[in-house]
Amino acid sequence: MLSIEEVIHIERLARLRLTDDEREMYRKQLNDVLNYAARLDEIDTTSVPPMYHVLPVSNVLREDIPQENLTQEEALSNAPSEDGGFFVIPPILGGEG
Amino acid sequence: MTNLADLTAHELLGLISRKEVSPVDIVNSCINRIEMYESQVKAFLNIRDAETIINSIREDEPYSAIPIAIKDNMLVKGQPATCASKILSNFIAPYNATVIKKLIQNSFNIIGKTNLDEFAMGSSTENSAFYPTRNPWDLERVPGGSSGGSAASVAIGFSIWSLGSDTGGSIRQPASFCGVVGLKPTYGTVSRYGLVAFASSLDQIGPITKDVTDCALLYSFISGYDPNDSTSLNMPPYKFSPPKGDIKGLKIGLVKELMGEGVDPSVRACMDNSIKIFEDSGAIVEEVSLPHIEYSVPTYYILATAEASSNLARFDGVRYGLRANGKTAEEMMFNTRGEGFGPEVKRRIMLGTYVLSAGYYEAFYLKALKFRNLIADDFKKAFERFDVLISPTSPILPFKLGEKISNPLEMYLSDICTIPVNLAGIPAISIPCGFINNLPVGLQIMGPTFSESKLFEVSYGFEQATSFHKKRPQIGGS
Repeated sequence: MLSIEEVIHIERLARLRLTDDEREMYRKQLNDVLNYAARLDEIDTTSVPPMYHVLPVSNVLREDIPQENLTQEEALSNAPSEDGGFFVIPPILGGEG
Repeated sequence: MTNLADLTAHELLGLISRKEVSPVDIVNSCINRIEMYESQVKAFLNIRDAETIINSIREDEPYSAIPIAIKDNMLVKGQPATCASKILSNFIAPYNATVIKKLIQNSFNIIGKTNLDEFAMGSSTENSAFYPTRNPWDLERVPGGSSGGSAASVAIGFSIWSLGSDTGGSIRQPASFCGVVGLKPTYGTVSRYGLVAFASSLDQIGPITKDVTDCALLYSFISGYDPNDSTSLNMPPYKFSPPKGDIKGLKIGLVKELMGEGVDPSVRACMDNSIKIFEDSGAIVEEVSLPHIEYSVPTYYILATAEASSNLARFDGVRYGLRANGKTAEEMMFNTRGEGFGPEVKRRIMLGTYVLSAGYYEAFYLKALKFRNLIADDFKKAFERFDVLISPTSPILPFKLGEKISNPLEMYLSDICTIPVNLAGIPAISIPCGFINNLPVGLQIMGPTFSESKLFEVSYGFEQATSFHKKRPQIGGS
């Protein structure tokens, strides 16, 4: 059974700000889903290899040739805050962390 | 007189080539439908103005006369792409998705971006941050999801066809609920470049249309290798040829586990009738067991949420989208994500973060990857004996708005028939196979990887023996 402390821990890992009501709701709902997922313990899968992907392709690389791409202006066009070609964010240091 | 908005693309293309109809009249009939019913259906998040749509018609480009609607999680350069989320409500796409580029090269006329469950997470389009879409067959009911806007748009004739995306059934289930045709292609055959990622190993773009011929035609325009998508398969695109529908001697497996007690009796009756139609057309239908398929829902909700939690990490208020206040960068990120994401997206990020976190990775995520293998293997074995497999697309009829939204697990369980297909990476199509109290029911036909041509043949054969695909919804008894 997931505790409120665990919910707060996940919330921090996921960088989400939740209200107390949301925490309680998710605690119950995640418990329901995880209890249901416990059905996966019904079968011994020790010898079954995991399937990460359905396609037989891996390490797909392209030739190292520059291609047409977004201009700096286009790349910054949706920025909430920008200055001189940079994305601007609040200070990294100084908060509760 | 038949309204042009009720015709299929291939019928309209025929009329255009014989000069029996003017392209402007076709486009206008869709615009008229939107003016009449969009305020009730709410299929769109963004509609281009009528003048732009009409000015996009090119005399020598017939596809410019066949309006298409695009799910709002695909990028169309210069247009909003909100994913029905507050966090992207002011986002303007800086480039075209590969599928959009292909459509534009063929002068397709994009009339608008359709509503969806936020970030394609949901089965009813009620999770849109803006408003729910309603089912044109019954405005009290959901159109399915997450491509609910795209499916509703085609059913009511706002557009002649549309594109959706399917991670666990998000093309097929709304197609079923709205009485239209929807294809989830083989993983890797349609580029995902420019599709906002939900669960990258499962997501696939596909067509939603009024009949099977249109589905095959639209698929031919969007499939094919794309170097911009590292999971795109380097093989030639599907080439359209009109399906013939010969299904004599075809071996069809009815998936036993998807006909269990959760299937509504009226859906079951439609399945029985569908089996009879196949048999009367000369096909052989036998029951087949895929023993691990019953574990699909937990497997899917572990893998899809794990992938979603890392994909959605990019929405941090730094480079695009909503930014909330905060004294530090970290506080800003916490607040941005807390304010910007809706309840279902937060729920899935929380679940995905949990199953990937230290101490739980092996118990949940790794275990689900093993079940994915078992489920894919079940399909492989079944296709050694059968050409295609069938099941209902949804075990239940279109439900009422608000009926399931407060019980996420119950909503997740209703995806049981469509989810296994994404886990195995195989293609599947949903076609109309009956009506219960004027509500559509969908039949799902699944095939081995790269069997799209076969799926078109089988579903066209079924379509030729029935007339369900010719029924259109009537709003307000008009």
